[in-house]
Amino acid sequence: MTASVLQSIRSTTLESPSPPRFLAGEKVPKADEGAELAQDFVSARTPNEQTMTESKISVRNFDFFYGASKVLHGISLEIPAQKVTALIGPSGCGKSTFIRSINRMNDIIPEARATGAIMIDGQDVYGGDTDVVELRRKVGMVFQKSNPFPKSIYENVAYGLKIGGMRNKRQLDEIIERSLTRAALWHEVKDRLHASAMALSGGQQQRLCIARALAVDPEIVLMDEPASALDPLATSKIEELIYELKDNYTIVIVTHNMQQAARVSDRTAFFMLGKLIEYADTNAIFMNPKEKMTEDYVTGRFG
Amino acid sequence: MRRSSDDRSFRLGTGAFAALVLLLVLGIAFELTRQSMLSIAKFGLKFWTTSTWNPVSGDFGALPFIWGTLYSSILALLIATPIALGIAIFISELSPRLLRQPLAYLTDLLAAIPSIVYGLWGVFVLVPFVRKLEVATPDALKKIPLFNGPPLGVGMLAAALILAVMVIPFTSSVAREILKNVPSTQREAAYALGATRWEAIKVAIGFGKSGIIGAVMLGFGRALGETIAVTMVIGNSPQVTASLFKPQYTMAAVIANEFTEAADELYLHALIEIGLLLFIITVAVNIISRLLIWSMKRRVVAPIAAPIVPAEEALA
Repeated sequence: MTASVLQSIRSTTLESPSPPRFLAGEKVPKADEGAELAQDFVSARTPNEQTMTESKISVRNFDFFYGASKVLHGISLEIPAQKVTALIGPSGCGKSTFIRSINRMNDIIPEARATGAIMIDGQDVYGGDTDVVELRRKVGMVFQKSNPFPKSIYENVAYGLKIGGMRNKRQLDEIIERSLTRAALWHEVKDRLHASAMALSGGQQQRLCIARALAVDPEIVLMDEPASALDPLATSKIEELIYELKDNYTIVIVTHNMQQAARVSDRTAFFMLGKLIEYADTNAIFMNPKEKMTEDYVTGRFG
Repeated sequence: MRRSSDDRSFRLGTGAFAALVLLLVLGIAFELTRQSMLSIAKFGLKFWTTSTWNPVSGDFGALPFIWGTLYSSILALLIATPIALGIAIFISELSPRLLRQPLAYLTDLLAAIPSIVYGLWGVFVLVPFVRKLEVATPDALKKIPLFNGPPLGVGMLAAALILAVMVIPFTSSVAREILKNVPSTQREAAYALGATRWEAIKVAIGFGKSGIIGAVMLGFGRALGETIAVTMVIGNSPQVTASLFKPQYTMAAVIANEFTEAADELYLHALIEIGLLLFIITVAVNIISRLLIWSMKRRVVAPIAAPIVPAEEALA
């Protein structure tokens, strides 16, 4: 990470209120630009007529219940691979329930029940032949509050690998270094890998949790308000990290912070009262929402 | 009128109560020492290491009682700990919700039964059962010192078993509370990394490790001091032996049995010195367990010597 890149990202994140990244002018795609760029921003011109590059997660008419109360109503959406998809909406709108449905974390809650389908690479997550342990190794998760284990930094990152049966010390060392590097934490901790993870700062702990999730080599990373408990500097580092991670991972992030959604995501889904109100490219959602409710929410009229 | 001096008197008042506890402990230690001076002066350290217990000739050594107390308590701990932790894990992690409260209530109820009732149950149910076990033990096995001895029923095995039953509710309810207080985010972290149920439970146990050790030590402390139930089933015969079948004696039991008949002063002082020893051992066990918990906490949570590199520097 060079200082200049960091500087530029920091300046967008710390100036508040900052404009969404793609409105800042540096990267707005033009129709006649190269194929690479066109593929990245294929939907920029016609926000709601998607010709997706590749759909990683495909949600079809998904309902979710806690006991008798229905908390998600007929959600259908396509989440593209190697992109950041943000889920926004007021508290209690079901966005957290939805993200936790993707790796079936809600299974832990008694009396939770789902109908419809969430397909990952064409396989139904809720299908009878899905092994939930395998699923969760493929779909990593980072939580709102950083939750390192009360072990060393090394052991935290090694945990997923060790329960997966990896014992080879050299291999472990290698993956742990790579994961910590990817989570932009390696330089801060490399000299004290065997010190307690509890001694890290809040932002460092959250990046450790990201490294821990990356270590088991997931394809998808779910982030449930990963920066909501952090100060602005730590938040900007997490955002910067998310931006980098999308080269290798499909990322779904729940956030309360609309500027954050605007800064980090390619696609944004707006949830309200358990329904998906609108789903489109992030700049379309923020600049040109189709639905009145979306407009009211993103302009801060309620929420 | 409200005045800030009220706060001061409130603090002084509650502080006095706290000081009372300390005074009580010190007072007990002082009194036990004072009242056993005759025996301390006559036998010195030999009291700890000799096995004679002869009130007639005035010769006293406490080794068999110390041995009986430690041996029975450690055996009880070995039996009770896995069962108690199993109960705690089942109730807090695995049991259906509807069963959770009743099960917790029932285990706690075990702790409410008076120990004399355990003693009666021991005499009429446990001892005959142990006797059957002992009779059924093959001769080949009896050659091992552990199983050597007459099939009396009363003896170390019966005492360890009854102690285990009495200790289980304590250990298990403390361990249960500890598991309940492990933040759910810890289990979620494990699940999200592809942990199975059992692996997630292990994470929870790891998180509460120091507390669980505390729970086990609490059980140990309880076993050390338990008197009447053990007195009723251990056989009350002072000897130092590894045998589970032979009758033995504990410190608490000898005090309870012989205190009323201690006619001369030396005898009385010897018994009180045993009380002092029991007090010292219990305090030592508590201190050791605190140290254990403390060192474990320190290893896990305390800041380390290396300074935390400020984020900016590390990235520059």
